[in-house]
Amino acid sequence: MDLIHAPFVPGVIQTTVDQVINWSRKSSLWYMLYGIACCSIEMMATGASRYDFDRFGLIYRGSPRQSDLMLVTGNVNLKMAKVLKQLYDQMAEPKWVIAVGSCAVSGGPFRGSYNMVDGVDQVVPVDVYLPGCPPRPEALLDAVLKLQRKIMRPQRQGVAS
Amino acid sequence: MNLEAFLTEVKSRFPGASFEQAGQDWVLRVPAAEWEAVAGYLAGHGPRFDYLSSLTAVDRGDRLELVLHLRALAAGERLTVKTDLNREQPEVASVTGIWKTANWHEREVYDLFGVVFRGHPKLRRILLAEDFEGHPLRKDYVDPRRRKVEGQA
Ligand code: SF4
Repeated sequence: MDLIHAPFVPGVIQTTVDQVINWSRKSSLWYMLYGIACCSIEMMATGASRYDFDRFGLIYRGSPRQSDLMLVTGNVNLKMAKVLKQLYDQMAEPKWVIAVGSCAVSGGPFRGSYNMVDGVDQVVPVDVYLPGCPPRPEALLDAVLKLQRKIMRPQRQGVAS
Repeated sequence: MNLEAFLTEVKSRFPGASFEQAGQDWVLRVPAAEWEAVAGYLAGHGPRFDYLSSLTAVDRGDRLELVLHLRALAAGERLTVKTDLNREQPEVASVTGIWKTANWHEREVYDLFGVVFRGHPKLRRILLAEDFEGHPLRKDYVDPRRRKVEGQA
């Protein structure tokens, strides 16, 4: 059976297997090192020792082919949108996207500008929207925790705490 | 030689040129036809303006103004050079042969203002995507994606 796209047939044992797989996925969210604007500075701060992304299993990768998570940390312009889409397409399934900061969520301070993509969800599907200009590291950690909760319970639509 | 004396010499060599002091800086205005010749002269004579710190343009509504900011590193002088271009068909000689830095600066001015630099080695868009239409820093540019508020012109 295709482990990636189809869960097991519901049943006591199979459900547990699903949970183990989901648990392993959420515990090793390797994110792509892809910083495109000022929000990336917060991502770097979160990755460094004070906030320590590693303790949630987040380790940065230099290649999209080794990544599970894309943090879009900044404003995406029309030229960059093509690159972003290409990088997303190169990531292996299953993959998730967090739109970090107002720019990635909606265009932020640059919304309506002639060269701006107003929200990265016009280019790639977004799992968690994280507002803020820029969001503090604690907020980024919270977004990651929400994503982990979403991965553990794929059947639930919302991820409200 | 002080800068004013040098500029007087430039003016005697290029009769179309004029200069004035604006704040602490000297501004030299030249006709577009003499743009490259004057630039070459500035780079090689007097205080030798060997460093191009920026090349940009301003849309004045009826004309496009091209602006050069130059520095003479050894002599510690700086100078602004301006010229006016026809807004409908802005075209001027490239100064990439004099200062290599001009390459990307001219591409940017081409990209955002549509000024064509004759003799530029690779004049294509630098900041915007290749398939972008129009030159957005011109005052008459209208963004086709722009949403209008009701009653807005
Ligand atoms: S949301 Fe603010 S801090 Fe983040 S990339 Fe945009 S402008 Fe920079």
